[in-house]
Amino acid sequence: MESAQNSVGLVKTEYFTFAEEEEDHLVLDSGKNFGPVTVAYETYGTLNPERDNAILVCHALSGDAHAAGFHADNDRKPGWWEDMIGPGKAFDTNMYFVICSNVLGGCVGTTGPSSINPRTGKPYGMEFPVVTIGDMVKVQKKLVDRLGIEKLLAVTGGSMGGMQALEWSLRFPNSVRSAIIIASTACLSAQSIAFDAVGRNAITSDPNWQGGDYYGGEIPARGLSIARMIGHITYLSDRSMHEKFGRKLQSSGKFNFDFSSEFQVESYLDYQGTKFVERFDANSYLYVTKAMDYFDVAGYYGEGVLEKALDLVKARIIILSFTSDWLFPPYQSEEMLDAFVQAGKDVSYVNIDSPYGHDAFLLEYELETKLIGTFLYATYNNEMFWEEKW
Amino acid sequence: MVKNHVKKFVTIDDRLDLGVIASLIDDDTWVLDLGCGSGALLEYLIKTKDVKGMGIDINIEKTILCMKKGIPVVYQDLNEGLTNFKEDTFDYCVLSQTLQVVQHPDELILDMLRIAKYGIVSFPNFGYYRLPLKLFFRGRMPVSKEFPYDWDNTPNIHLVTIKDFREFCKKNGILILKEYHNYGENYSSGHFLNNKRSKNCVMMITLERKSGK
Repeated sequence: MESAQNSVGLVKTEYFTFAEEEEDHLVLDSGKNFGPVTVAYETYGTLNPERDNAILVCHALSGDAHAAGFHADNDRKPGWWEDMIGPGKAFDTNMYFVICSNVLGGCVGTTGPSSINPRTGKPYGMEFPVVTIGDMVKVQKKLVDRLGIEKLLAVTGGSMGGMQALEWSLRFPNSVRSAIIIASTACLSAQSIAFDAVGRNAITSDPNWQGGDYYGGEIPARGLSIARMIGHITYLSDRSMHEKFGRKLQSSGKFNFDFSSEFQVESYLDYQGTKFVERFDANSYLYVTKAMDYFDVAGYYGEGVLEKALDLVKARIIILSFTSDWLFPPYQSEEMLDAFVQAGKDVSYVNIDSPYGHDAFLLEYELETKLIGTFLYATYNNEMFWEEKW
Repeated sequence: MVKNHVKKFVTIDDRLDLGVIASLIDDDTWVLDLGCGSGALLEYLIKTKDVKGMGIDINIEKTILCMKKGIPVVYQDLNEGLTNFKEDTFDYCVLSQTLQVVQHPDELILDMLRIAKYGIVSFPNFGYYRLPLKLFFRGRMPVSKEFPYDWDNTPNIHLVTIKDFREFCKKNGILILKEYHNYGENYSSGHFLNNKRSKNCVMMITLERKSGK
């Protein structure tokens, strides 16, 4: 266990199941009813007696509920946002109560396509309904209600996590005091949808995919690993790839004149792909990327007008983007900013200068800590003398 | 004769021009402060005039200080323009002691008046009589409290006099609604020879077409 003194230490994933009876089923954005739902979640820090210090952290495409700390003493790696969550960090667990849950449709404890369908006794596979970011948020709301929290101090996340934070402030405007939207967007661009589509194609054209019914047999490992490779390219930047790999060859200094993975960048992608297959379900990749593609705040809440949609928001907003992010480029954050301003909302925005591409939201934690730590502190401690106005 | 023009202004963050600017802003309005620094003016306006305030600054540490006060702030370079904001979004757009450091002050002022009903600008008056005297007698670029920099490190790339500014407004269809000039320890309006005698000035402006004339 590294740097345990700044860590939340040993943590455990917990589970909460709801919508077990048909009448309690979740009504999905598609119109379908669905249940039961189990949510995997972790919490760090302590909920204060006023219950007003809770922060919901939402993970990105491949994340899970394990955002901070360690599951066992001999864990080599901490949770995915260890740099930001813990004592004295941006999401300071000495002050705040932090919650993170796995998304609906995911594969790390929350109900998704690899879960057992109680009606058939077999994994859902393609029987699992198509879900949206809004549906993921509805599930999180059930969890937050269950934890006895009426109003979250903040909802936050990067990338798809940022979409959930924005969705929270629209779907449950009275339940959120602030939203921290990082490296995210109010809707995916055609380019981002295109990358998702190629990833899904890689999976569904793997012969092992079998129409999604591969559980218990060979998994579509090749397809999922190619999807992850494509993803990884979009998470980096030209500059960060150049700096990290350049044209360096993996072993010898000479070309092999064959098609093995010679370049360092090739073996990096191979490694990322292989590693991903060990921990992620291919069907979940289909469902979760589809949910991202469908995400369109203006379309859902504002009849195509973003400003109209954002008028529903009551939370304070901070938007962070990164100069080299070409998956969710700064201009998308700026469109959000402008629409928030036009709607007359309390919005702050920083475009952070970083070479790391989309992944910067996980790497630029020093400046993020200052910005988010300060924003949260003000939201939590200030008199909020303007709150009524916005 | 001019006594009735003299009014006591508060200092905000040790600056009298900010007090003058604050006096020109009505309660319950929406204010955008360009180059807001650590947000002193906005904090004052929010607390005393119940305005909605928002700032823009290019210094990240100052941006964070704004956030600490709970003031909405955007980390942005004014030299990149304000094209992102829509017409008539704000009631007031403030540019205090920043005009002389931006690359295109003309475009910025017109942009301010596009996105807000009123612009309020404060700048050090390069027409102040001692400055040319210094230049004349010492033969060197004048240095003063208002212009504290040497020629080789000054951020002031567009020095302007009150007269120049009036001329600029005339040419661009801009109405000057109010003018305050700084003499010694206070600001007042309507003084004789104000272009030569005042070190600083505050101007409240609007577009002629917006003023209904």
